[in-house]
Formats: sequence, structure tokens, C-alpha cells
Amino acid sequence: MALEALHGWSKESFKPYADDEELIEKEITTASVSKFCKNFSSPQNLHEPHLSKEDVSSGSFLIDEHGRKIKMRFNHGTTTLGFKFQNGIILAVDSRASSGQYIGSGSVKKIIEINQYLLGTMAGGAADCTYWERVLAKQCRIYELRNRERISVAAASKLLANMVYQYKGYGLSMGVMISGWDKKGPGLYYVDNDGNRLVGNLFSIGSGSLYAYGVLDDSYRFEMTDDEAQELGRRAIVQATHRDGGSGGIVRVYHITSDGWKKISEEDCFDLYQKYEAEAQL
Amino acid sequence: FLILQVGVRGKDVVVLGVEKKSVPKLQEERTVRKICVLDDHVIMAFAGLTADARILVNRARVECQSHKLTVEDPVTLEYITRYIATLKQKYTQSNGRRPFGSSCLITGFDMDGTPHLYLTEPSGTYTEWMANSTGRSAKTVREFLEKHYSDESVANEDGAVKLAVRALLEVVQSGAKNVEVAIMKHNEPMRMLDVQKLEQIVADIEKEKEEEAEKKKKSKK
Repeated sequence: MALEALHGWSKESFKPYADDEELIEKEITTASVSKFCKNFSSPQNLHEPHLSKEDVSSGSFLIDEHGRKIKMRFNHGTTTLGFKFQNGIILAVDSRASSGQYIGSGSVKKIIEINQYLLGTMAGGAADCTYWERVLAKQCRIYELRNRERISVAAASKLLANMVYQYKGYGLSMGVMISGWDKKGPGLYYVDNDGNRLVGNLFSIGSGSLYAYGVLDDSYRFEMTDDEAQELGRRAIVQATHRDGGSGGIVRVYHITSDGWKKISEEDCFDLYQKYEAEAQL
Repeated sequence: FLILQVGVRGKDVVVLGVEKKSVPKLQEERTVRKICVLDDHVIMAFAGLTADARILVNRARVECQSHKLTVEDPVTLEYITRYIATLKQKYTQSNGRRPFGSSCLITGFDMDGTPHLYLTEPSGTYTEWMANSTGRSAKTVREFLEKHYSDESVANEDGAVKLAVRALLEVVQSGAKNVEVAIMKHNEPMRMLDVQKLEQIVADIEKEKEEEAEKKKKSKK
């Protein structure tokens, strides 16, 4: 396969599990699926990459036809933000997916609904974020069934941080916010691929976060009303999409209260920008 | 050789009472042998093989801290009981191992202040109780508890302690030096009752018994 050649990967270098030796000899094709796709069975036991840790994390293992190294570009091209206020938590995200100068999609859903009362945001590698947040959703559900009570936001974020820490240095790229409402009230945590886990009242993540912080820090007050808070989140994303090339598309705003999360709005960022411009003219 | 243990769940207090077997003269008597602290808010007493229970206690102590580390909350009584029970069950279904030979009374308070009392068996089952006993003559004591347990009788600390001691004294030779009582309240560490307090309680119980006997005699007449 061409992809194998690009990676410099040969079939012999792939080490299947010892108990499958019989299968390898007989080359039973239906069993080959489970043999080569063992990663499907358990996210906690992913097959170790056949590349060294340094190669994977630096992204320098790709070689083009001339033997030169191609660097894969993992950009945190996004703007996501979340903050607590007197009536819960506001999450606001953009929806652009870019790799380098190419805009892959303008309608990515960067807020992942883990369950009715827990939300996760996406920044960094889209695949990493969606995959691990789905694994987190599975773990949260199992916790709920075993302990007959909802998992706390602290515990959920810790589960994610611990899962990701096992792959530290292997090149995962994700900066997420886990937010929700539990027994102790609203909870907002920042978790990233280094295994950082921070508790806080206000976060913004991604290439456009600098612009979003500017707007947020200027106008944030804990005592805001629901409308003010939603509008602040929306505005901060719009300003970020205006100046940051890695952010754009649709601005989505979610609100988390004791009853769970609710989607407030999803509007195109440029329409909103024009609306704000018009308001400023008046 | 089973030592009798009694556990009583009161409204805002939990009591564990243990029979104190007399030790040989030359043996050093350690005051707390059968009642173990699993965490700030969980204590456990066991009947049966001490060595087996010691292993369980060690594993449970580690699990209490492990839970605190990953979930950032102290264990609930139900969780740690389930953990111990699951551990016991594993040994009933493993190759070349024998079951743990001890029944455990696990008691304490959840984070939200509700008291609980659980009993685990060597089979790996666990059940929650308002009051229970394990060990020698446990059946007799349980019948006594069934007759005398009521929400009013255990509404305060004294009531609950008295009930536990009375239950113990049904079977154990009367005397403060033959029983050991541990008390726990929400957000307070475990407290062992000292000998003077115990003697006073035993004396009170004796008096009450006499009064009841008198009443019966009078009503018969």
C-alpha cells in the first residue's frame, strides 16, 4: 500500500499479539480484522505505535518521495471559551477546522455532549478530542450505573486527564474544557494533552484565545444576567474569528444550569460581526 | 473462636461494640485490635480469621485513598463495602485460592452526613442493616436487637450505645472489662469509650434490668 511505503512501514515490523500466532499462519481473513484492529476492543490498551516516541511527538516521521521529511502541522486553530457566572456556565465555540493554510471545514461541532449535564469542548486535534471524550462518556456512564449517582465534574475531568497522561509524549494534541453541573454546583476544568488539569472560573483555548481573553477580561462580571453572559461569550468568539485566521464559521453558545445544558444559539460569525458593526455605527 | 461484634446505626451516631476475650497473663493487651480505621469517616470490625481480615483492611485502606485521588471525594460507605465484597467474591471464584474467612461490619458516615452500617460475608455478598451482630451467638444477639431496636431508642448517642452494650451483655459475661465500644459521629474521628464511661453504662443497664425484673414480678402478682 502506498501509505505504508510513505511511512517506511513494512508488514514484518508490525508485531501482532502472541496469542494470534495461529491466526497469522493460517491467514484467516475475517480474524485479521480483529488482529489488526485490536484498538477497537479497549481504549485503555491501544496498540503501541511502532515509531519511537520522539518521532511521533515531533511529527517528523513522514518522508516524501525525495526522502525529505514532511512535518505534520498540528495547529490548535480554534477559539473556545467557557466561564462561570451567577447562574451557571456559558460555553462558546467557533467551528473552523484548519490544517495549515487549508480550511478543512467551517461547521465542526466543537462542543461535545458527554451526557445531559456534562459538556466538553474541542481544541487541537479533532480526532483526539472526539475519541477521548467519547471514551470519557463511556466511563461516566459506567460510573453512574455502578454508583447510582451522577459523576462529579471533578471526577470526570480527572478521569480524562489520567487517561491522556498515559499517552504523554506520544503526540496527542488536545486542549479541552470539561464543564457541568454536579452536587457541588457548577464545575469548569481545563484538561490538555500534557496532563494538565486546572480548575477555574474562566478559560479560553486555541489560537484565537488571546482575542477572546481581551473581550472577556474587559466585560466579565460574576453577577451578569443570562442574556448578558450569553452575549459576552458570543461577542468574544466573534472578535476572535475576526482577527484569527484559524477561527471562523458558526458561533455556538451553550448554557449549563442545574437542569443540564441547553444550546442557546448558533449563528454565522460574519453575520454577527456585521450586526455589531451596524450597532456601533448608531 | 469467633468474637462477638455488634453494630448499631443511630440517627447521628454509629456504634461498634466488640467482645473482649481474656488474654493470657503474659500477653500485652492492645486496646484496639478488632476495630480498624479505614479512613477518617469509615471504621470496620471483623469476626473470623484475623489474618484474613488484615489483608482486607490493608486493601480497603489503599482503595479509600485511591478513590480520593481519582474522584476527589471521600469514599461512600456503599462504595468501600462493594469494593471489599467484590474482593471477597474474587477469591471464591479463583483457581487455587480459598475464600476470606471473615465477616466484616463496616460503618461510618457518607460525605452528606447519612450514617450507614453494612455487613459483608465470605461469599462476597453485602447487606445494609440498622443493627446487626456477627460472631459467636450472633443469632441470639440479633433477635435481641430486633426486639429492642427502634428509631426512638437510637435517636441520641446514649441510646445507641446502651443498645449496643445491652446486646453484647446478653451473651458476654457482665463487666466493663469484657467489652470494647467505638463510637463515630459525622465529621468526627472515631472515639473509643473509656473504662469509666463503660462501667457507668454497664451499671445503668444492670439497674434497668433490675427495675424491669421488679415490674414483671409486680405485674405477675
